[in-house]
Amino acid sequence: MDALVIKRLTKTYGNGLQALKGIDLTVPEGDFFALLGPNGAGKTTAIGIVTSLVNKTSGSVQVFGYDLDRQREAAKLQIGVVPQEVNLHMFETCRRILINQAGYYGVPRRVAAARVEKYLRALRLWDRRDDIARSLSGGMKRRLMIARALIHEPRLLILDEPTAGVDIEIRRSMWEFMREINEAGVTIILTTHYLEEAESLCRDIAIIDEGLIIENDSMTNVIRKLQTESFVLTLEKAVQSAPDLDGYPVELRNEHEIEVTLSKGQSLNSLFDVLSKKSLHVVSMRTKTNRLEELFMGLVEQKDRPSELHYD
Amino acid sequence: MTETTLPVTKGGAQQSLLRINLIGLLTIVRKEAHRVRRIWVQTIVPPVITMTLYFVIFGTLIGRRIGEMDGVPYMNYIAPGLIMMSVITNSFGNVVSSFFSAKLQLFLEEMLVSPLSYATIVLGFVAGGMIRAMSVAVIVTAVALFFTNLDVAHPFITLSIILLTAMVFSLAGLINAIFANKFDDVSIFPTFVLAPLTYLGGVFFSISLLSPVWQKVALLNPVLYMVNGFRYGMLGVSDIDIRVAYAIILVFFVVLFTTAMVLLKRGTGIRH
Ligand SMILES: Nc1ncnc2c1ncn2[C@@H]1O[C@H](COP(=O)(O)OP(=O)(O)O)[C@@H](O)[C@H]1O
Ligand SMILES: [Mg+2]
Repeated sequence: MDALVIKRLTKTYGNGLQALKGIDLTVPEGDFFALLGPNGAGKTTAIGIVTSLVNKTSGSVQVFGYDLDRQREAAKLQIGVVPQEVNLHMFETCRRILINQAGYYGVPRRVAAARVEKYLRALRLWDRRDDIARSLSGGMKRRLMIARALIHEPRLLILDEPTAGVDIEIRRSMWEFMREINEAGVTIILTTHYLEEAESLCRDIAIIDEGLIIENDSMTNVIRKLQTESFVLTLEKAVQSAPDLDGYPVELRNEHEIEVTLSKGQSLNSLFDVLSKKSLHVVSMRTKTNRLEELFMGLVEQKDRPSELHYD
Repeated sequence: MTETTLPVTKGGAQQSLLRINLIGLLTIVRKEAHRVRRIWVQTIVPPVITMTLYFVIFGTLIGRRIGEMDGVPYMNYIAPGLIMMSVITNSFGNVVSSFFSAKLQLFLEEMLVSPLSYATIVLGFVAGGMIRAMSVAVIVTAVALFFTNLDVAHPFITLSIILLTAMVFSLAGLINAIFANKFDDVSIFPTFVLAPLTYLGGVFFSISLLSPVWQKVALLNPVLYMVNGFRYGMLGVSDIDIRVAYAIILVFFVVLFTTAMVLLKRGTGIRH
């Protein structure tokens, strides 16, 4: 059973901006899934459609087999969502916020009261249960929103940039909490523009850019793809097939061009030694960049640039 | 971890959805009632002060000079009108500000992501408007009793008209809030439409005082029927036929309820 199946989803906003250009996504049950992409890529729009906060233009969404158009209520019952923007009632107490949210999902107050204690304790907010949301710090508000998303015990938890604006220690403890929830059987999808976050938490990843999914694979495979570098070499003499280069992966592009892949950090000298040994004379060489790599460079830079860090 | 109610069979789905919506409705009603209590200085006090002033100035001071209107002492004539006026402004005002602030501060999303039906959401907010309107109505009635004795000629008519009117204006407040994008938008309708209709709706005078032409014009005002229907319930006198009053209120109710449902379903003003 898949937790989420998105097919050919598009979204054009009222101002004509096409935020999603037809995305397909499948998240299996139990997965810890990252939707990674730079600001403006369309992550929040996609989440908004899945959680009924944004009207889609076309396409379909299924949550645990329930179609969002045809079995709206059943689909919605499966989902808990922590939005990117704080959407708490600032003058309500933590406890009331959670009890009310439980009520919207049909959880009676008696049952809700016990869950409120369970989740407020788990998220270290129990001491603040009778304080109004406005009095909480940024990180606490975020945690309160996580508790709120879990109060009806959904099977799919969606978090939109859950750790933006949260200091590093709390971020770590939130990661720990999300791992526990996932191990307890809840499928988790999170969006982030921090590569590190996706890398340390998630099993599978989709990378979205300008409204298109440009990569969708396991985290391990994506990391492997990123840890290699490809070079296009132009050869003096034509070759008919990809030459054997003592284990370096080679592809023939055309009879004068081959593409060689190296792990990052592997020495180029040894490659050229092999080439010389095989009497292959290289006229020119260029690095092959791909979109994924470019995007990742951007994401990594973004992460390292202090002004982009939202730490409290 | 996963004991979520799963509507499996069709019949089961219907049943559990009904339960979810009932609990959800109660939750919204509780929350709205709590809001009225929490900000009582904004919700209850101002209308009570305004209405007390009306009673003192129009009822006592000016009313003594006026004498009778439609055969009843002026104070008794305006008491139902003023109660109705507070019901109209407070039901409208409660829903417009509650829904609009939920939308503006985004916590309306708490309901939008939930499995609650749009009807439940609409009814919950309407119930909130009715709670505020009735609380104010009770206090205003108590204030009126300081100045005069009030009898209720037709209790059922009195109660049904006041509740239906509160529903209609709660719905109107909801629709206003759906379309509103900024705080100014919330006051345009009450100032430019609601206030004139209410003041000209027979709160302070019988339309028999108007010239025949203006009487015809006054009959186009739906508020007139509500105020006079209520006055008929209390005093047994009215400018209009009570059946027409019911018919008009019911038509407004159906039209506004349907409009609110369609707007929420389409996501107008709340979903991009
Ligand atoms: N309500 C809206 N109206 C018009 N354009 C929007 C709206 N919301 C988002 N967008 C645009 O859609 C694109 C995707 O935005 P978003 O989904 O928020 O991206 P992300 O969450 O990946 O940062 C952006 O170009 C953004 O400006
Ligand atoms: Mg976003």
